[in-house]
Amino acid sequence: MEGVENKKIRKYSRDRRIEFFSSLGMLAPYAILFTLFIAVPVVIAIGLSFTVFDAVQRPTFAGMLNYITLLTQDEIFVRHVLPNTFLFSIIVGPGGFILSFMMAWLLSQIQKGPRTVIALIVYAPSMVGGVFVPVIWRMIFSGDRRGLVNAALINWGIVEQPIQFLLSPTWIMPIIILVTLWSSMGIGFLALLAGILNINEEYYEAAYIDGLNNRFQEIVYVTIPNMRPQMLFGAIMSIVGAFTAGAIGVQLTNVNPTPQYAGQLILNHIDDFGLIRFEMGYAAALSVVLLLMIWFFSKLSYSLFGEKPDE
Amino acid sequence: MNRRRRSKFAGTKINPTTFHRSQVKFYLILLPICVFMAVPIIFVIGQAFKSLGELFMFPPSIIPLRPTTINFRTLFLQSSIMAIPMWRFLINTLIVAVSVVALNMVVTVSGAYVLSKKKYRFTRVFFKMNQVALMFVATAVTIPRYLVVSNIGIMNTFFGHILPIMAIPVGLFLLKQFIDVLPDALFEAAKIDGANDFYIVKSIVIPLTKPALATMAILSFQMTWGNTETSNLFTTEEAMRTLAYFFNSLIAGAASVIGGAGIAAAAGLIMFVPNLIIFIFMQSKVMSTMTHSGIK
Repeated sequence: MEGVENKKIRKYSRDRRIEFFSSLGMLAPYAILFTLFIAVPVVIAIGLSFTVFDAVQRPTFAGMLNYITLLTQDEIFVRHVLPNTFLFSIIVGPGGFILSFMMAWLLSQIQKGPRTVIALIVYAPSMVGGVFVPVIWRMIFSGDRRGLVNAALINWGIVEQPIQFLLSPTWIMPIIILVTLWSSMGIGFLALLAGILNINEEYYEAAYIDGLNNRFQEIVYVTIPNMRPQMLFGAIMSIVGAFTAGAIGVQLTNVNPTPQYAGQLILNHIDDFGLIRFEMGYAAALSVVLLLMIWFFSKLSYSLFGEKPDE
Repeated sequence: MNRRRRSKFAGTKINPTTFHRSQVKFYLILLPICVFMAVPIIFVIGQAFKSLGELFMFPPSIIPLRPTTINFRTLFLQSSIMAIPMWRFLINTLIVAVSVVALNMVVTVSGAYVLSKKKYRFTRVFFKMNQVALMFVATAVTIPRYLVVSNIGIMNTFFGHILPIMAIPVGLFLLKQFIDVLPDALFEAAKIDGANDFYIVKSIVIPLTKPALATMAILSFQMTWGNTETSNLFTTEEAMRTLAYFFNSLIAGAASVIGGAGIAAAAGLIMFVPNLIIFIFMQSKVMSTMTHSGIK
């Protein structure tokens, strides 16, 4: 009798072991790729940021030198790149997120048929693909009379000579922001739309019986609290989108640096040092600063929409 | 009092089934935004079908007056007189896209199943790591990624195109959330019947997560189809590059050529249309996946 029990226990523990190793094995392919191409590059960036490295000789340890240079010597970074990146990421990140939410909410207020069509039109620009977005907008803001905007302005008699939009330090930043917002309604936007549509109608009904009066209250007290997880996902996607699009200024103007550094963002600065000047250690320090910025914005999103422990 | 509240609620209904006058104000906001989103795309489609004369016309028309396919023909002609014909790039892209979509699906579905249904310490830790990686921006660490690729010896191979973009944290995340909703009882029953994990993934998880898998396929396809990063950095051989990269360099060269705008528009259109068509066919599946996209 006891022998049978023991056998059962042994078989059970063997099954458990098999299950453990098969789980490990099934996660392994993804985990290896994840480690190699996502985790390791981040670790390398952090490591290189403490070195001087010209891509030819071995990196030599330099302590905090790159970071000190960044803050005290790199005038372009402090005077142009940092403020530009800050302005750009605030408007395109949180601003783009609010815009996505507003669009999703407006769409949830109309019928399914027109909603599907409009949602497709809004989502379509995000499918153009990073490389071809600047191609389209270069045609629209082209500095001669054939550019769509210049043609319209001349035709309506607002200006006489075409404006050199893409070469102008005043215009380049607003254009970069406009173009990025245009192409930013991606899966974050779809997640928000799905989240709003998925809220149980009875919550609204109950809230109105409890004394809700208008749509604004509806958004604040019913919609947002009930789709916090989607809000968080949407926020992260907006932030990632904003920083991924950070090379757009150079793509639009076709020169790095952009005219008078007016459209220079941190990604361009990284490319400038990493791929043009081959100061890899310094470029890595810039990458770390960029990753910290993304991390900061994400933390902010988590504290706004993440699950609170006391709830 | 009660009746008034009810009627007010009926007026503010979310996801309405019929048209009501009160919806007009929403259309008044939505339509201008729609125009802003659509005009650049319509304009570029128009450019692609304009003749040389029309490209130089002032004022430029948004819709071509006499549509022609000359830009597409020039695009193909220009690429056929080059050392490497365009079909080579197209085949490269197709090989890469099909491999990434298929392999990403296999790798992600088995990983997501483990993360969702197995309660080990390593599954919890890894899922947290993946969640942090949702904010990963590949372009921020271009140089370290190059160092990894060149050190593991996959430069100038198809692996160099495929492996670096195969792990997509958002894909794993969405799929795991989707599997979370499947009842545990289903998996326990299968296990009692003696099914192993591979069998469970094959005959339970995959059939039941089709919408999420379709969404992932779309995401990974879009990422691969328009990708120039791998050709740019992980390839030095011309013949190993992809269509998006080729078009991109063609456009950079075409900027100075007469009629370059038409050719650029044609190339952009070729890159955009597959994404659009696939999305239109799959959009209901994507939306049902996005319902589970929340981060808790």
